[in-house]
Amino acid sequence: MRVALFIPCYVDQFYPQVGIASLQLLQKLGVRAHFPAQQTCCGQPLANSGCERDALPIYRHFVDTFQGYDYVVAPSGSCVYHVRKHFDKLEQTAEVQHVRAATYDLIDFITQILGVTELPGRFPHKVGLHLSCHGQRGLHQANESELTPVRDGQLRRLLASLEGIELTELDRNDECCGFGGTFCVSEEAISARMGQDRVQDHLRNGTTILTGGDMSCLMHLQGIVRRRQLPMQVLHAVEILNGEVVT
Amino acid sequence: MSHSLRAATFVADADRTTWHDETLWFVRQKRDKAVYAVPEFQELRELASQIKEHTLGRLDEYLKQFEAEARRNGVHVHWAADAAEHNDIILDIIRRHNDTRVVKSKSMLTEECHLNPHLLGHGIEVIDTDLGERIIQLREEAPSHLVLPAIHLKKEDVGATFHQHLGTEKGNHDPQQLTEAARQHLRAKFLAAEVAISGVNFAVAETGGVVICTNEGNADLGVNLARVHIASMGIEKLIPRLSDLGVFTRLLARSATGQPVTTYTSHYTKPADGRELHVVIVDNGRTQQLGRPDFRASLKCIRCGACMNTCPVYRRSGGHSYDFTVPGPIGAILSPNIDLKKHSSLPFASTLCGSCTDVCPVKIDIHTQLYKWRQVLAEAGEIPIAKKWSLRFMGRFLASPKAFGLGGKLARTGLRLLPHQLTHAQALNPWAVARELPEPPKQSFREWYARAVKQ
Repeated sequence: MRVALFIPCYVDQFYPQVGIASLQLLQKLGVRAHFPAQQTCCGQPLANSGCERDALPIYRHFVDTFQGYDYVVAPSGSCVYHVRKHFDKLEQTAEVQHVRAATYDLIDFITQILGVTELPGRFPHKVGLHLSCHGQRGLHQANESELTPVRDGQLRRLLASLEGIELTELDRNDECCGFGGTFCVSEEAISARMGQDRVQDHLRNGTTILTGGDMSCLMHLQGIVRRRQLPMQVLHAVEILNGEVVT
Repeated sequence: MSHSLRAATFVADADRTTWHDETLWFVRQKRDKAVYAVPEFQELRELASQIKEHTLGRLDEYLKQFEAEARRNGVHVHWAADAAEHNDIILDIIRRHNDTRVVKSKSMLTEECHLNPHLLGHGIEVIDTDLGERIIQLREEAPSHLVLPAIHLKKEDVGATFHQHLGTEKGNHDPQQLTEAARQHLRAKFLAAEVAISGVNFAVAETGGVVICTNEGNADLGVNLARVHIASMGIEKLIPRLSDLGVFTRLLARSATGQPVTTYTSHYTKPADGRELHVVIVDNGRTQQLGRPDFRASLKCIRCGACMNTCPVYRRSGGHSYDFTVPGPIGAILSPNIDLKKHSSLPFASTLCGSCTDVCPVKIDIHTQLYKWRQVLAEAGEIPIAKKWSLRFMGRFLASPKAFGLGGKLARTGLRLLPHQLTHAQALNPWAVARELPEPPKQSFREWYARAVKQ
């Protein structure tokens, strides 16, 4: 099984520890993932801003980079959703179709392809899970509150399997954090307010470690946590699942 | 003015924003409970979506059938291509009856056509009889929500408005007393009116009848007291058969307010003896939207407002920030059809979280259409120039691994070395107004990996 690691552009530059944890966790599960150095980005920032046409060269570059692998794994549901859904704008050659189908979110890859639903490890903390919209409603990684009151999802199960962990019950389980790509800048005031409300829900319900499967939402929430100097640490879920030590 | 500027004004009042958000979230939760209690709710959504899809596919046939049946019932049927025609037709009917006092029940179509100012301009008093609608009419404001038109106002605001216009006691904002004052005030208007105007929730092609859903019964009171009833409907309100109606009435109130059904679901099929029933069928841009394959599904909308209640952006920015008759996510996909330039910022007033699509009782792919409008807007040059060029530059940069690696390193180094005051200057960096930037690491993942692999 030839597995490529796709590290989203902002994770590569600002959160290398998330990429390292992804690589190490896969290794622990018996997968040697390769990081093709020529990779850049999935093109989502442009396309979501209306400039899909300007994103096409990025899409092609993505396909060229990853077409030789059986799976492309990324610690970001949002980028994966973009590749799956919006690469329909490319001519649907065999390579494009293969890459679209082979691109997986890390959590989905672990649970669906590797069939791992429990992980060893101990994490005695009160952990708040932020469900990211593209992963949840786009890739159907977790139940939507619009459809059912049952809170479930692959990432929730993986985290719950850790010894000593306590997952926060939020007032609003799956509300958007307000990041939204360029929305966070073009609608700064609403974006910030949404993020503040999201953090407040976690704070009110006792979260000390805020986590999720998508670093972009977490980057935004972390920005608020740090600005307000709140007693909360923000970690990508893979850092927890890989057994990172929390001080 | 863009959505973001109007939204920033609304959200600046933090307490009011909290109240607005929590009130609408409460409605969303009521909706959830009602939905969870109906096991076949998702099948109902699918069925409703298919009925609408079918109807939109042969709208011409169903409209003709509706017209023929309605005429057979003794209903006067009028066709209006646009808002101006709609308003003229209604003015003409009122004038023929020498009436100057008209009562109207809530109708978003008459709002869309700006009927009230048109009638007022011709010396006709037109009174909105829905409580929320009457409140905003007194304040000369537009509705801020499809179902809850005055949801942007607190009871204190209503108390002040009623004190000013209806002579209630100053400082009295007891909801029960205010409602009673409105009731007394409206009763006189109901009794005096010769003509009653209503909207239409559903029009049944098979019977030629129209169905009106309200919780206050105000439409029925107006219509049954007046000699002339004018029902104003958009062409997309049609459903084929009376037996299809139950699918929609089961979805409408549950999605809107969490009620099993609206308090009043009234059928108007033929005029009573000595009375008149007019139906005005309005296009006003709808066939144009029908001709846009990516956006035609927006015409399935049954105006329940569920997408607004669930939308995290709407809840915090208020309906007026959309500056369109239909606000919120659904408005953001209907409005560019009417005026691409004026409403160019609305499809961007979303994080594309998809909650709107998940609550929509007729399964409109709202967030996908928002995404598609963004592409249309950018292609038409309706996004800010600076944004367009910076994105184009970003495109070149992100398609080249070398430029990306080098650019990223420069940005990280700059961020690390430059003073915090500069990197977080609020005038230059909107991110930094309320958030810290991420702390730049010394090495990127790719730099780490290159070394790790060598070892």
